[in-house]
Amino acid sequence: MSIDYFREGEPVADAKAPAGPINERWEKRRFSGRLVNPANRRKLRVIVVGTGLAGASAAATLGELGYRVANYCFQDSARRAHSIAAQGGINAAKNYRNDGDSVHRLFYDTVKGGDFRSRESNVHRLAEVSTEIIDQCVAQGVPFAREYGGLLDNRSFGGAQVSRTFYARGQTGQQLLLGAYQALQRQVAAGTVDLHTRHEMLELVIVDGKARGIIVRDLVTGEISTELADAVVLATGGYGNVYFLSTNAMGCNVTAGWRAHRKGAYFANPCYTQIHPTCIPQSGEHQSKLTLMSESLRNDGRVWVPKAKGDDRHPADIPEAERDYYLERRYPAFGNLVPRDIASRAAKIVCDEGHGVGPGGLGVYLDFADAIARLGKPAVEAKYGNLFDMYERITGENPYERPMRIYPAVHYTMGGLWVDYDLSSNIPGLFVSGEANFSDHGANRLGASALMQGLSDGYFVLPNTISDYLADGPFEALDESHEAVRAARQAVDDRIAFFLGNEGDRTVDSFHRELGKIMWEYCGMERTDEGLRKAIGLIRDLKAEFYKRVKVTGKAEGLNQELEKAGRVADFFELGELMCIDALHRTESCGGHFRAESQTEDGEAKRDDEHFSYVAAWEYGEDAPVLHKESLVFEYVKPTQRSYK
Amino acid sequence: MKLKLRIWRQSDAAAKGKMVAYELDDVSEDASFLEMLDVLNERLIGEGDDPVAFDHDCREGICGSCSLVIDGQPHGPQGATTTCQLHMRKFKDGDSIDIEPWRAGAFPVIKDLVVDRSAFDRIIQAGGYISAPTGTAPDAHAAPIPKQDADAAFSAAACIGCGACVAACPNGSGMLFMAAKVAHLGLVPQGQPERATRVLGMVAAHDQAGFGGCTNAGECAAACPKEIGLDVIGRLNRDFRKAATRAA
Amino acid sequence: MAVSGVLMVLFIVAHMAGNLHIFEGREEMNAYAAGLRSFGEPLLPHESLLWVLRIGLVASIVVHIWTALVLTARAHRARPVKYAHRHKSRGESPNAFYVMRWGGIVIVLFVVWHLLDLTWRTVNPVKDIHDAYGAVVATFDPSRWPVTVFYLLALVALGFHLRHGIWSAVQTIAGPDTKWRKRTQAIALAVAVVIVVGFAVVPLSVTFGLVE
Ligand SMILES: Cc1cc2nc3c(=O)[nH]c(=O)nc-3n(C[C@H](O)[C@H](O)[C@H](O)COP(=O)(O)OP(=O)(O)OC[C@H]3O[C@@H](n4cnc5c(N)ncnc54)[C@H](O)[C@@H]3O)c2cc1C
Ligand code: HEM
Ligand code: HEM
Ligand code: SF4
Ligand code: F3S
Ligand code: FES
Repeated sequence: MSIDYFREGEPVADAKAPAGPINERWEKRRFSGRLVNPANRRKLRVIVVGTGLAGASAAATLGELGYRVANYCFQDSARRAHSIAAQGGINAAKNYRNDGDSVHRLFYDTVKGGDFRSRESNVHRLAEVSTEIIDQCVAQGVPFAREYGGLLDNRSFGGAQVSRTFYARGQTGQQLLLGAYQALQRQVAAGTVDLHTRHEMLELVIVDGKARGIIVRDLVTGEISTELADAVVLATGGYGNVYFLSTNAMGCNVTAGWRAHRKGAYFANPCYTQIHPTCIPQSGEHQSKLTLMSESLRNDGRVWVPKAKGDDRHPADIPEAERDYYLERRYPAFGNLVPRDIASRAAKIVCDEGHGVGPGGLGVYLDFADAIARLGKPAVEAKYGNLFDMYERITGENPYERPMRIYPAVHYTMGGLWVDYDLSSNIPGLFVSGEANFSDHGANRLGASALMQGLSDGYFVLPNTISDYLADGPFEALDESHEAVRAARQAVDDRIAFFLGNEGDRTVDSFHRELGKIMWEYCGMERTDEGLRKAIGLIRDLKAEFYKRVKVTGKAEGLNQELEKAGRVADFFELGELMCIDALHRTESCGGHFRAESQTEDGEAKRDDEHFSYVAAWEYGEDAPVLHKESLVFEYVKPTQRSYK
Repeated sequence: MKLKLRIWRQSDAAAKGKMVAYELDDVSEDASFLEMLDVLNERLIGEGDDPVAFDHDCREGICGSCSLVIDGQPHGPQGATTTCQLHMRKFKDGDSIDIEPWRAGAFPVIKDLVVDRSAFDRIIQAGGYISAPTGTAPDAHAAPIPKQDADAAFSAAACIGCGACVAACPNGSGMLFMAAKVAHLGLVPQGQPERATRVLGMVAAHDQAGFGGCTNAGECAAACPKEIGLDVIGRLNRDFRKAATRAA
Repeated sequence: MAVSGVLMVLFIVAHMAGNLHIFEGREEMNAYAAGLRSFGEPLLPHESLLWVLRIGLVASIVVHIWTALVLTARAHRARPVKYAHRHKSRGESPNAFYVMRWGGIVIVLFVVWHLLDLTWRTVNPVKDIHDAYGAVVATFDPSRWPVTVFYLLALVALGFHLRHGIWSAVQTIAGPDTKWRKRTQAIALAVAVVIVVGFAVVPLSVTFGLVE
């Protein structure tokens, strides 16, 4: 691989996962990890950046344990973290349905679903903890869907053959987050957590090799301040917005993670992006984001396109014989329930072949006619009413009468900061949880498993593992005069001064849009050597132009949303380039990463376990990034070519 | 389509703002209301003006960030719809549209259309939770909940904390928001032990925060994008009366 | 608020019923009025019942107006800046807020006049306080039609006030579920109509000579 893009460094390894039988490892680790006695906890300060499922649950739990927690989010309330948007549900190996589910099966499905690019120990722990999560949430009053008997309802979701997904109508993420948010507010009232909303972390402070604090900007006053602590937890979510158009909230960004990366934290598998198959297609240039239609729709909706190319008849006028239910045709075993990466690429293929429907032929039908005939409209309404309404509001079309049009959209980023079994990054004292880390989903995340991971990290894993690090604390006292702190702060001031001083003529959004197009075109659902090299060139040019021509209005003091966006987009440029380099170096196809050069004769992703069974952990380098490989060993789930036929 | 906008501009909390008129041409009717404002902002920046500040994040009607009063209606003319889910096809070519921030003493304006809703968080801090420290939970099936109760609890819990109820209430009362949480937690068995202290604490925090008193004007429910109904206010009144009399 | 309101509702209902004695003629009406005054005599002093009523009533009105003022003041503090584009009422009780505030004021004015008119007779030609019947007939004499009109206007205000007030009080005190809330609203409307009509027939029948 051409040296000019990256250099290869020493391998990395996860030193924390204990050896031995996989189902005993978490127990072992919890026992071997040192504890902090309650009296000392009060002397230890922990910064948690993020109030999503991963952040709020961690902040609340650490507060309950008696640590002094400082918690941050950029929204005006902790409750608005992007986790709120999750619709479909959360997995747990409760086996309440007695349909053959178990911790081991959830573990197995997740490793397989991740296309054998995740760590067995982490995934097994996730499956173990999953059951406690449901208990915890119910105790908080989370109103999960229930059956007439009063017991919890489950559904099968995102390519699982068992019903293990717990849900609260189409608003599971909202209800789970409100549970965590309320637990967090309880701690705020108790005085164990000071919560700072409308604050954005802009730098990480490292002293003597340890993460010791952050620099934040108060988004209301514009004031820059320093928060120092004994440990820093980043729970800052995913970076799907590098594509500009995604199902993520407008504010989702990589800044926190990227600042840490620039300070030495490894960034793992950045190219693993999940493209969600069931989103509402783009309607025009004005489009600011894409809206997800919960995957649960695929349980009853049938996906099809007209057999004839460019057939623009009203769908109702297209007879059965002239419809191609391509998922059911190509994947008889799983049909419409194949995993996301598969469903998305299948849609791309039929649209590329010219069968697509709607504007620009970028859409396929998701049809409920059969379901309505089979279950009756009321039943369908009860199940999906709010989703159907949302679809109608956005498109002006009534999905009860006309099949929905859907198209894949960027949805989730499996990559993130590299962490070990303890969720500690390679920088001591810097922990990363939730979507912001790379840990549990390998090359592809199964539906309903991100909520599970966020809460598992925040409620159960981190509060246990972080104590092993904090047992060495409190670390030596620091104040803002320390030169490392001053330097970090200076960097932030300079950056803000640059943006506001730049004599530019182009808006931040116009650059973000253009970057997004490049990423979607060349680093989206299908990637090629040639395309990625081209993309890297384009990104570099665009980045240079950005620094020359970007125009940021307003002042540093007070609320300035353009300034916020400018900083985030600047970091997206650097991330986007690394994503392309990662995608370029990984010449195999796996999960969400599909390299056109590496496919089976019938067009499925073809892994190359011999050369790529590793985590790509990237170290920041001024000239070129440095690749550290963490090789993956599979003792319990033997890698096979994924097949959902 | 062409639009005549009048938007509340206020440079910061201290400044005294005013309505400012803007004209906007060729707005796509497939655009969402916020995308329409994006277009306006792109233009304003181009002209070197300060873009209009407004809160938004998910643009899916679930985070509760977006908060615009459109022609006197919080979240605009379409029922059960947040501002971000409102689309321009609801308007006609040539319409003139007034855009204002939530108006409430408890929600001071920060800038333009952005207000400070932290008072809602303080209400939750005063009891809007169930005390269930991590790890102490019994099995999820320990306490079955009748489906009707679970569904009712969910409907109340669907509140997104947007504050449209306050913006619509002629008394500037936060009653609907508060009552939705009281109803949600009061409908599940886990919420019973703290039921009395919860309602007393939250009501006190609500009044303390400077919200008005509820006189059952009913505008809140009509403006609520999640269709939270006045029945939750009835529940709160009931719980409050019981709790208050017991306390006394 | 709710409690004082409800007390006043009770008074109003009784009062309306009382007024209907007028259709039985001068003697019965006056006898009834006298009866109210001499109730319980000689055990109780003259007008005791009436005074009990009056005290209760005055108390309610004072409490009621006072709470009304408090609520209104609070509402002003809670909405210091008004909307430039007036909010269109979409609620279940259209414009309740304005109906209650302005309606209330109209009612105050009315009661003041009404007392001067039929209780103290200051503005009433018939000064004989034992002739309530005459007083009523006199006050609604066609020649004094503006008085009648004012009474009718006040009644309309009262009607709206009650239409919201009664269910509002129930919502505040009992907190019904949706089904019962809708019912209460219907009942409130019915009661309001009955009361307005029940009162209105008197002045109307006098003005149109059904009662002289
Ligand atoms: C539309 C949609 C539907 C989904 N549905 C499902 C589903 O059904 N099931 C499922 O399992 N998963 C689902 N997911 C994925 C899942 O919701 C997310 O992966 C998960 O919620 C991420 O949680 P988090 O806590 O890691 O991050 P987030 O919830 O994104 O929280 C990030 C937090 O970090 C803060 N933050 C970020 N940067 C900074 C900064 N620089 N300074 C200060 N604060 C910062 C933010 O304010 C926020 O509080 C869905 C995702 C989307 C987009
Ligand atoms: C004396 C002049 C009066 C004034 C100034 C007045 C004013 C008000 C006001 C401002 C309210 C506000 C509460 C709301 O909006 O719901 C109210 C409520 C009410 N009023 Fe009056 N009112 C008056 C007379 C009356 C009378 C004569 C009656 C009954 C016959 C009455 C019955 C009620 C009732 C039942 C309520 C509802 C209480 C609640 O909301 O809980 N009012 N009044
Ligand atoms: C329009 C029809 C009405 C008629 C014909 C009427 C008639 C009378 C009469 C004759 C009296 C004097 C009773 C007496 O002193 O013997 C009286 C008293 C009174 N009325 Fe009315 N009334 C009417 C409507 C109302 C209304 C709508 C209200 C209240 C909102 C009201 C409130 C009172 C009060 C407070 C008194 C004084 C009672 C007392 O003496 O303590 N009246 N009315
Ligand atoms: S009750 Fe309705 S209007 Fe009020 S905050 Fe909740 S969702 Fe918004
Ligand atoms: S509008 Fe206001 S008065 Fe009560 S019923 Fe709703 S809060
Ligand atoms: S932007 Fe999230 S609800 Fe409107």
